[in-house]
This record gives sequence, structure tokens and C-alpha cells, in this order.
Amino acid sequence: MDVKIRIENLKASFGKHEILKGITIDVYKNMVTGFMGPSGSGKSTIISILNRMIDFEDGVKMEGRVLLDGIDIIRDVNGVELRKRVGTVFAVPIPLPRSIYENIAYGPRLNNINDKDELDQIIKEGLKKAFLWDEVKDRLNTSALKLSGGQQQRLCLARTLALRPEIILLDEPCSGLDPISTAKIEEALSELKKDYTIILVSNNTKQIARISDYSAFFYIGELIEYGHTDALFTNPKIKKTEDYISGKFG
Amino acid sequence: MRIRPSTIDKLVRIGFNAQAFFTVSILVVIITIIFFKGFTHVNLEFIFSSPEDMGRQGGIFPSIFGTILLALLSIVFATPLGLGTAIFLTEYTKESAFTKIIRFGVESLAGIPSIIYGLFGFIFFVIKLKMGWSLLSGVLTMTIMILPTIIRTSEEAIKSVPRNLRIVSYSLGATRWETVTKVVLTSAMPGILTGVMLSIGRVVGETAAVIFTMGSSLRLPTSLMDSGRTMAVHFYILAREGISMDKAYATALVLVLSITIINVFAYYIMNKVVSRYS
Repeated sequence: MDVKIRIENLKASFGKHEILKGITIDVYKNMVTGFMGPSGSGKSTIISILNRMIDFEDGVKMEGRVLLDGIDIIRDVNGVELRKRVGTVFAVPIPLPRSIYENIAYGPRLNNINDKDELDQIIKEGLKKAFLWDEVKDRLNTSALKLSGGQQQRLCLARTLALRPEIILLDEPCSGLDPISTAKIEEALSELKKDYTIILVSNNTKQIARISDYSAFFYIGELIEYGHTDALFTNPKIKKTEDYISGKFG
Repeated sequence: MRIRPSTIDKLVRIGFNAQAFFTVSILVVIITIIFFKGFTHVNLEFIFSSPEDMGRQGGIFPSIFGTILLALLSIVFATPLGLGTAIFLTEYTKESAFTKIIRFGVESLAGIPSIIYGLFGFIFFVIKLKMGWSLLSGVLTMTIMILPTIIRTSEEAIKSVPRNLRIVSYSLGATRWETVTKVVLTSAMPGILTGVMLSIGRVVGETAAVIFTMGSSLRLPTSLMDSGRTMAVHFYILAREGISMDKAYATALVLVLSITIINVFAYYIMNKVVSRYS
């Protein structure tokens, strides 16, 4: 199994508040890795370091290394270039105020892909992979704002896929969605892991159990337990993990 | 005795309706007066010919032309400058003492009466830089005068674009500049255009600062160094010096009509932009 992302002793703090207290973890290629933990555990901070969106926050200090294919993305990679390789789907669906088509074309156009046929192909492919194609194929030029919440989130997934990234980060992508939309997103993710390395952040332990190959449990800035999802959920080694996945706290 | 909430609700509604009606009726009264006093004297000849005998006879073509040139050039200068400042303040700097000083400067400029701009333009552009009473002096003075309006309205419009849209744009691999041009400005366009419209209105309606800098020549301005007389100035001089009240009202009517046309046209463009990005 290839390691896609290696995080080594990663520390991060906002002002005097330490959010990550030295995280070390390997994320494997073409697997879904679930990050779970109660709020304040630091899982979303790791995501924002992986896509360097943390650059837009003030007063952040970081230590340690985050290696993507062996290259340190904190120091040796340009944030804009990094985000062309690392796609993100956020907790709330955020469609851009333009058509369905133009939403998905946004990323490719930034990469100077303007050929109509090529764009059409990318958009069709993205929408199919996000299980949204059948619902919107006849109205690609209508506003993305007119879609339902669940459809918007799948649009955001399709938009991320159109970047043809290597890694997809999903930061609680189903937190605002109904069970049916959630099921569609999960179905899409199970298909996608063949081609992408996926990190799924979720408060929903059942969701992590359903679709992750590997699972990590974080608690107040530390990695408590990490391992194969089946093993971690059936036989957690640490009491805290057991308490969390059995719902004793959250 | 306690008044029932539903009664208060009704009274408040009646009150607000009355206020709205009052506002609209003022507008209607003004336009009606100008229309009835002016329309008998407005015809194609009035619009397309030059004034004679100080404006007692003839038309106002040079003034229409001068007004359009002054407004257009001022906007062409002030919009990039003002929008650039607004983008700098909102997207490229963090709040600091420096941005506070810039904002303080902008707000102070916005509060200065136009006659002061006129005086400054006269001393600096007309005399010091030897531009004389000219279209150029007028344009530069008007540019400075409307700059605060454009900066303020653009800044508010840019600030009202949700942060989430910027986040998404960055997450899709956009640079700051790509995010500003493709997402922020397209969303802020209606607000920015409102500022531009207000500014056009100010330039077209300005008299004091224009007389001091662009002068009041009745000839058709054919170069940037020519003096000229805008419609507002023409109206002011005709009325103030009792030359011809008929021609004054006719000028006022053309002035009001042209502002209306500009507004309708601008909102037409704005709707096109908005419908494309929503």
C-alpha cells in the first residue's frame, strides 16, 4: 500500500490556543480514510492544512511536516498549485452564483481549458461520478442556486472532481443533508476511491464505519487511535475510542 | 388604555404608506412642473442647434455634448481609480492603521462641499497647472469629487459578497486576482454600478465646481483644452441672470430626461449581468 500523505508531528496553534498537539499519521493512496472526533478535536484544522486554506486565517503557527508524495506542502508547495491537486468539499454546499455548467467549468477554465467539447466531457464525467447527471442533464444552463441542498452538495462534489485532483477532502459533507441525499453522496464516494485518495471528516461514526477503509479518531488535538476501519470499530484498543464510537460522548 | 398590537400594526402600515406616497409625490410634482414649463420649447431644433444671443434663442447642443463628455470622462477616470482603491482596501490588505487613515481620508473627502472642490480645481488645475478653464480641468476636478462615492459604494458592495464564495474559489485553485475578477466583482457589480450611477448624477447636476473649472463658454468643446458649459450650468446662468426662463426650463427638462435615460440603460445592463451570474 502506497502512502499518499504522511503527516509528521504536526502542531498548529491559533495565538496561544494549541489546536494540534503533534499529529503523526499516514494516509494511503486510493483509500477512504475517515477522520472522526468531537468538535474541537482538530480534524478540520488538519483538512485546512492539507489544502492550505489555513493561509487565509490570521495568527496561525505550524510545526512539523506534511508530505504529499514525499514533498512538504507546508514549505515547498505553492498554495494555489496545491489546491489544483487537492480538491475540497465543504460542510455547507456553496454553489457559485452562476449556472450548473459554469460552476463545474470554473476550475477547468482556471487551468485554461476552454475548448467546448473538452469542457462538455469534463462536466458530464463529473456529474456522472457525483450521481447528479440524470437529474440535471436537461438543465445545465439553469442557475445552480435553484438546486436542492442535496443536489447542490453533489454539484460541489462534481465541481471538485472536474479539477481532476489526486486527493479529495470532504469536511463533514453530509452534515446538512437528508438521509437520501447522504446515501447518494456515500454511494458516489465508494465508487470514487478507485481513482482518488479520499479523506472524509465526519461526526457521524456510522458513516465513517460504512465507507472508510481506514479510520482515525482524534480528541482535543491528538490522534488517539488509527487503523483499519473494521478492526477499529469492532475491537478498539483504547477506551476513549470505544466510548466515542459507542456514543458515550460526542 | 392599552392599544391592541394589531391596531398598532395597522397604524404603522398606514404611516409608512403615507411616507412612501409623500416621497413619490414630491418627485411627481417636480417632474410635472419641469415638464409643463419646458416641453413646449423642447424640439429637435432645440436639442441639435447652438444657442444664440446668450441663450435667448437657439438650442443647447454644445451643452448637451459638454455634459456628456464631462460625465463620461470623469467616470472613465474615477471608476478604475475608485474601484482599485476599494479592491485594495477589502481584498489586499488587513485592517490596520494605514487602511483606517485611507478610510478617514475618503470619508472626509465625501463630506467636502462641491464649491471647495471647485475652488481647489480653479487654483490647482486652472491656474497652477495652466490648464485654464477647460474640459480637462473640469474632468479632473469632478474625478476627485466623485472618487469618495465610488470608493465607498464599491467597498460596501465588495464587502457584501459572502466570504464563502471566495473560499470556494480559492479551493478550486484560483489565485487572489482570479477570485476578485471572476467571483467578487461579478457578484458586487450591481452595487458598484449604483455608485457609478450616483456619481454620474452628481457630475451632471453639479454647477459651482464646474463653473470654476470648466468655465461657461457657449461654444462646442472640440478638445480637452476647450471651455464648455454643461446643461446644469446653462440652466443656472439662464435663470440667475434672467436671460430666458422658457429656455431654462427646456434645458432642465432635457437634463432630467437624459439622467432618466442613463439610469434605465444602466439598470438594463445590470440586469443582464445579474441574470448571467445568478
